[in-house]
Amino acid sequence: MSTPFVGQNRRFHRRHRGSRTTVNIEELATIRTTAVASFSAADSLDALKLAEIEALGKKAPLTLVSQGLGGLAHDERKAFGAAINEARGAISDALVERRNTLAKLERRRRLDSDRIDLTERLPSVGPGHLHLVTRTTQELEDIFLGMGFRVFNGPEAETDWWNFEALNFPPAHPARTMHDTFHLELGEKEEVLLRTHTSPMQIRVMKEMKPPIYAVMPGRCYRRDTADARHLPVFHQIEALVIDRGISLGHLAGTIETFINAYFGKELNARLRPGFFPFTEPSAEFEITCPFCTGGGCRVCSQTGWLELGGCGMVHPSVLRNGGVDPEEWTGFAWGFGIDRLAMNRHDIDDMRHFLDNDVRMLRQF
Amino acid sequence: MLVPLSWLKDFVAADRPPADLSDAFNELGLVVEGIEHSGEGLDDVVTALVRTIRKHPNADRMRLIDVVTADEQTETLQIACGAFNFHEGDRVPLAKIGAVLPGGFKIERAKKRGEWSNGMLCSARELRLSDDHEGILVLDADTQLGIPVADALGIVKDTVFDLSVEANRPDAMSIVGVARDLAAKLGTAFTFNIDATPVTSVAAASQPRASITATDLCDRLTVTIVRNVTVTESPDWVKMRLLGAGMRPINNLVDASNYVMLELGAPSHAFDLDKLAGGRIGVRWAKPGETITTLDGNERRLAEDGAQDGLIVDGNDIAVGIAAIMGGATSEVDETTKSVLVEIAHWTPMCIARSSKRMGLRSEASARFERGTDPEMLQRAAARFVELVRVTSPNATVESFDDVRPVASAVRTVTLRTARTNLVLGTELADEAIVKLLTPIGFICVPTNAGECAVTIPSWRPDATEEINVIEEVGRHFGYRNIPRRTLSNNRVGQLTQYQKQRRRVGVLLTSLGCDEAWTATLIGPPDLDRSGLANDAVALTNPMAKEESLLRTELLPGLLRTLSYNTNHRNPSVRMFEIGHVFARPRPNQVVPYEREHLAVALASDGDDAPAAVRVFDALVEALRIKPEAVALKAGELPGLHATRTARIVGTGTGFPVGAVGEVDPAVLAAWGIDRRVGWLQVDLENFCALAKRPDEIAAFSRFPSSDLDLAFVVADATPAADVEEALRAAGGALLLEVHLFDVFRGDRIAAGSRGLTYRLRFAAADRTLTDTDLVGVREACIAAVLKATGAPLRT
Repeated sequence: MSTPFVGQNRRFHRRHRGSRTTVNIEELATIRTTAVASFSAADSLDALKLAEIEALGKKAPLTLVSQGLGGLAHDERKAFGAAINEARGAISDALVERRNTLAKLERRRRLDSDRIDLTERLPSVGPGHLHLVTRTTQELEDIFLGMGFRVFNGPEAETDWWNFEALNFPPAHPARTMHDTFHLELGEKEEVLLRTHTSPMQIRVMKEMKPPIYAVMPGRCYRRDTADARHLPVFHQIEALVIDRGISLGHLAGTIETFINAYFGKELNARLRPGFFPFTEPSAEFEITCPFCTGGGCRVCSQTGWLELGGCGMVHPSVLRNGGVDPEEWTGFAWGFGIDRLAMNRHDIDDMRHFLDNDVRMLRQF
Repeated sequence: MLVPLSWLKDFVAADRPPADLSDAFNELGLVVEGIEHSGEGLDDVVTALVRTIRKHPNADRMRLIDVVTADEQTETLQIACGAFNFHEGDRVPLAKIGAVLPGGFKIERAKKRGEWSNGMLCSARELRLSDDHEGILVLDADTQLGIPVADALGIVKDTVFDLSVEANRPDAMSIVGVARDLAAKLGTAFTFNIDATPVTSVAAASQPRASITATDLCDRLTVTIVRNVTVTESPDWVKMRLLGAGMRPINNLVDASNYVMLELGAPSHAFDLDKLAGGRIGVRWAKPGETITTLDGNERRLAEDGAQDGLIVDGNDIAVGIAAIMGGATSEVDETTKSVLVEIAHWTPMCIARSSKRMGLRSEASARFERGTDPEMLQRAAARFVELVRVTSPNATVESFDDVRPVASAVRTVTLRTARTNLVLGTELADEAIVKLLTPIGFICVPTNAGECAVTIPSWRPDATEEINVIEEVGRHFGYRNIPRRTLSNNRVGQLTQYQKQRRRVGVLLTSLGCDEAWTATLIGPPDLDRSGLANDAVALTNPMAKEESLLRTELLPGLLRTLSYNTNHRNPSVRMFEIGHVFARPRPNQVVPYEREHLAVALASDGDDAPAAVRVFDALVEALRIKPEAVALKAGELPGLHATRTARIVGTGTGFPVGAVGEVDPAVLAAWGIDRRVGWLQVDLENFCALAKRPDEIAAFSRFPSSDLDLAFVVADATPAADVEEALRAAGGALLLEVHLFDVFRGDRIAAGSRGLTYRLRFAAADRTLTDTDLVGVREACIAAVLKATGAPLRT
């Protein structure tokens, strides 16, 4: 720090307001050392302020020394003045440095006193969860929306006409035995019922709008099935309906593949095999390449490589007529499947009855 | 439908591996639900002789059996066996060590209660020969020892396909029907080698033996009189086929009837001719209240409540059978029967379906009649029946054959258009290709015009009545897998309706507020309503599965309370739940269906939740759905199931629709459900709620000039709703008023009893200038005066 100085050990004299202070170079060095030490000793900005006054204030030794410069010869004054300035500069630098250090320390101290442990997590009301069935329904709807379909919802209580007759199930038709129906104590005997499938919506949509129709209809359905791991008397289906000019069974198969590829995010095949539903003809059951093993065989598909998804077919001409659509001008297809079953497969849920418990331990996983 | 391959091969050369046949069946829509290999797993099961039976030293329910597999054999094999139905000297099936029984069970040498068992003696069920598991299968006394049991019993290895037959395929309810379809698919010949006319039609005697008075029930009735029959067991091959097809052999007459039904799809019924008054039968409708005791010993009342049931009656017009469903007890065939009257008829499917459903009586026969049988198969079926009976009763003779057919079945034809076929299927088939697909399954095509033909529907396909049915047959035999995939060229925009978007938005908001979504049962029981404090005016189910599921929910309250209760019981009481679902009220005037609405309900049961928390959720919903705050109001009120003094009705100020309620659940209701905390509650009719007036889409300008706040505290009587004070402030604040917030509510010594202090902060601004003190003094005075006037509440001093 201290620079070798010309004229060391020489005494300087200065006259000022009647007092004369005499300082030599050694003393100047001491002043400087003392001041710098006093800054280092200051442990707060307040203490540093006091030290600053001690070292650089009006009564500080350095100030007094400076005042003595006037009594010196020109050469001496010049040399000694430079020495004083040099000392003052060094003291100021030390002050600024110490001030910065202390300011940093103080900021740190304030922050330290503000410290909290972010892993001390007290319980809070966090975001809730949509039901898995809702989530799955929305995912399915979104894919159909992307394919240009619109979503329709309808009533769960229907008359026999909407649920059966309009869909080509005449009274006592053997296919009715596949639909164990809950009837309501309203109207004529067995006239009012809880819909056994979402298919009444086919007629409702046809009556609501003219073709072309690209519609998807999710909803809750009811069948008089004893509750077990794979059945509930209350369940959810989603149904797609397309009515346009020139629609064929080939479109049905192609659309199912487009849909499942979008939903499962991989290239899967759909396989149709003849089935029977009164409201579609030709009718088919459709299976898809098991999305979990991609056809290799796994527990979900019972090692077959195929997963049975639902039923489909070309809308029966009588059903089109019942919906007010001319079957010679328009053709269409419809297909549907269980939403709950799909969600169960996808999330490895072994018992459908879990859905009705609404156990938060399950709800909060999705 | 269980189809033994060996039987099928009588009619089609199905010489393919079972897996290939299975694929063919699936492609035909005769979905294979299972394949059984009968007679397999019997290779290491041999016939053995029970030489001695000893007591098991350590077990009462087991004996030690010493068996040999040859007469001269001296060294015996010790078997520990739990069956007691056989004796020393009996011959029995022995599964040797290492044998793998049908179903995969492997026999190993094992100690049973400390004694070695060197194999297993088998029951008929363990060998998959029948359902009999009463004891060990005891073989005939002359059975050769040491030979495979399959040989001893004449069991042939067979493959049985379990086919699922859809309601539109009555033809596939028979072996020949399945064979015809399969032959067409495989491209091989279908050989229908059963003679149609061997019944020696001994000139019907002077008196006819069959008559029909109900032609709408039965359009063809055949009666065959067979004399000199001996009731005995059927030959083994008949028994094996019946067992393979899932039917239990009874005796040669019943078995012949069942065999013909399975093979040709024509059910028949054999009456003991000597027990039948007049030796003849007729078909008529039952008279109301008429009774009959059926084969199962039950007395049944018929044609009640205006229903129609068909009857078979004897010569005295007394019921001897319910048409197509079950025979009567009085004329049942038994071991003394010498002559039988065999009835084979064609019934109107719907009549049979109705009766069978109403009586809860379904049989293999009624299942076939319901779907529709082949009216042209009757004579052939009679011939086949006689042929089978003669195997065991060689002296049996046909005395007469009556065929009553008041109305001949019309030949049904439909016009099939090639273009239409290709349009529906998405194929490019030529006329000839279509003909080639249809002919093997009996759909006879006669070209009429170019691209058009007249198709005669075969008698065994009553389901096919229209062109579309025939198109399906073309598709089925062309193969769905061969249909080229096409994609839609739809240029429409898919989007949700406003309501659907809002419903999703509700879900997003509520989950962000910590609510989990529940799906609760729509079907509830009367106790659910009671416990929830709701009136029982719910629509009831006619045929519930249980009383607890006999009503349609009128509110979402019971379901959500059950959910809270369930989670409380599983030590998770602190939950927030919501549900969006349909609720059902009694029908509106002139309506027959319930008044069905989509509701939203929120139950807040996390720590500290209460009615104000529910109101905050409500306010958040109003905000999130952009509903105008003034479009909806809370009016204190009492509602069933809800807390009498902490509940408000939600009222639409513009629409006039009831919107819902917000508050807390009644503490008594909560206690009934075992919930011991406050539960904040919100329910709205979601459609009405979403229909409330929305804030405008256009942005509302806000002032560039500084705003000024004014705090005003009033002493307001407890009976006066804060909403009234707020309303008065809004009105008095006029155009300058931007916002009103209640920010403090205080009660205590310094406020008069029966009142509370309400402090509001009002924010004012003008669009075009900074407000002056004069402005503020003016609105301040106006607000104070307005509140005093509207509610009587003075400014707190």
